[in-house]
Amino acid sequence: MDLLLNASAVGWARGQFALTAGYHWIFVPLTLGLAVIMSIMETMYVRTGDEKWKKTAKFWQIIFGINFAIGVATGIILEFQFGTNWSNYSLFVGDIFGAPLAIEGIVAFFLEATFISIMFFGWDRVSKKMHLASTWLVTLGATLSAFWILVANAWMQYPIGMEFNPETMRNEMVDFWAVAGSPVAINKFFHTVTSSWGLGAAFVVGVSSWYLIKKRHQDFALRSIKIATIFGLVSFILIAVSGDGSAYEVTQKQPMKLAAMEGLYEGKEGAGLVAVGLLNPKKEAYNDDVNPYLFKIEIPKLLSLMGYRNINAFVPGIKDVIDGGYTLPDGSTALSFREKRERGLLAHKALADFQQAKSEGRDTDAANFETIIKDNYSYFGYGFLEKEEDLIPNVPLTFYMFHFMVMVGGYFILFFAVVWYFHSRKKLAPAVDHTGCVACSGGSVWSVCR
Amino acid sequence: MESEVKKEKFNWFTMFWEGFTGMSKLGRTLWIIVIVKLIIMFAILKPIFFPDFLKAQVNDESEKAGYVREQMIERSSFDSE
Repeated sequence: MDLLLNASAVGWARGQFALTAGYHWIFVPLTLGLAVIMSIMETMYVRTGDEKWKKTAKFWQIIFGINFAIGVATGIILEFQFGTNWSNYSLFVGDIFGAPLAIEGIVAFFLEATFISIMFFGWDRVSKKMHLASTWLVTLGATLSAFWILVANAWMQYPIGMEFNPETMRNEMVDFWAVAGSPVAINKFFHTVTSSWGLGAAFVVGVSSWYLIKKRHQDFALRSIKIATIFGLVSFILIAVSGDGSAYEVTQKQPMKLAAMEGLYEGKEGAGLVAVGLLNPKKEAYNDDVNPYLFKIEIPKLLSLMGYRNINAFVPGIKDVIDGGYTLPDGSTALSFREKRERGLLAHKALADFQQAKSEGRDTDAANFETIIKDNYSYFGYGFLEKEEDLIPNVPLTFYMFHFMVMVGGYFILFFAVVWYFHSRKKLAPAVDHTGCVACSGGSVWSVCR
Repeated sequence: MESEVKKEKFNWFTMFWEGFTGMSKLGRTLWIIVIVKLIIMFAILKPIFFPDFLKAQVNDESEKAGYVREQMIERSSFDSE
């Protein structure tokens, strides 16, 4: 609240964009998760010819459709805000953002939008296999759409494959595949998509459970739970695997973010991962001597293992990232915040001199200033920061959000395992006839039905 | 089941037409909401509340880079250090 009441235009712009993006993000993961689930259900229908599977698939396709429509609407507003709220930034990164967002619009969204019509209106117009192919192509389109958006997002976290041109003020793409195949983008994609699958599965189990409690449409509910529990269990295991990949990338590329996630102020070798902890509210500065924790229980060495694949590796803390001096994964020594800021300011000054030289027609001088800009461009953003604290994210918020997320992830593995166990023992709705497809006996989803 | 599929030639227009006309009351209401919402977004929100800020600051496309450069230089504190 304080941020908005005292903020300049940029604070309001951030608040508005965050609100829209947050609202948009309620619907997108559910769309991605439901897409796979409804496609599996329709595949069951095509394989078994059982009309009940068709009805089950159609029900979730309607929910998918409503969710998709709201997701698109909120996404369009985000695009509007690129022009109003982030117009300078849009020009600055337009070359990088343009390519993935254009591919997302032309390939992924059009694929999705084309086949969604067959999925909804084509049941009696195309063959079963053609309809199934359309449903899976909608799913593929939605997933590809997420990929290209996450490529753009990952580039902001880890900018590669570009060169800054001070003449056009654009970060111009020089290597498309470096941008599209960025390790941050790939990990972010798998982690986000598997998380979305998990959300979709939890949603389906939740709605189906409500039907079971109300004793309505119980056969439909059991069929849905059968698919969603197995899919959810697999998804949450994949979330843990892709989460490990994400943790590795964050450690390598964004050590400050990792340090904030773990509330790690002083770096150490063989760092442990905090399983449970309570931060000390009296910790006010990164360099005071106050213990950052009131209490914590650690899993020894796990943070070093996750971050560097070495149980004894040094994991830098917040203080280390600010003070520099530790050895980076590439063998070089980390610069301090002050050194990075100085280089950033050098690039800014060179940009001002470049502009002056250009306006006076001094092309040789302009070329020299351009070289200075390029040599220091990696630190360009640091030049806009004033003090060390500007580099530190909100530690309590980051720490608790991260640990809550991990706990929820662990809980859902247990949740889906328990629901699957009770479902396979036919204890979720004992009065219902479990013959046919509801007779889930473990094993593959594809093999348990007649 | 294949016999359920209509034998007439596939036609996009009739698919959409029959799809929309044969829709339930709830479905039709939702589509009306979607269309009204899109009209509001593109005809009212976009032109009135979401103008392209950068376009409004310059006379033509070529001046955009200069404007952004000046903004960045202005925000930097390199000359006060």
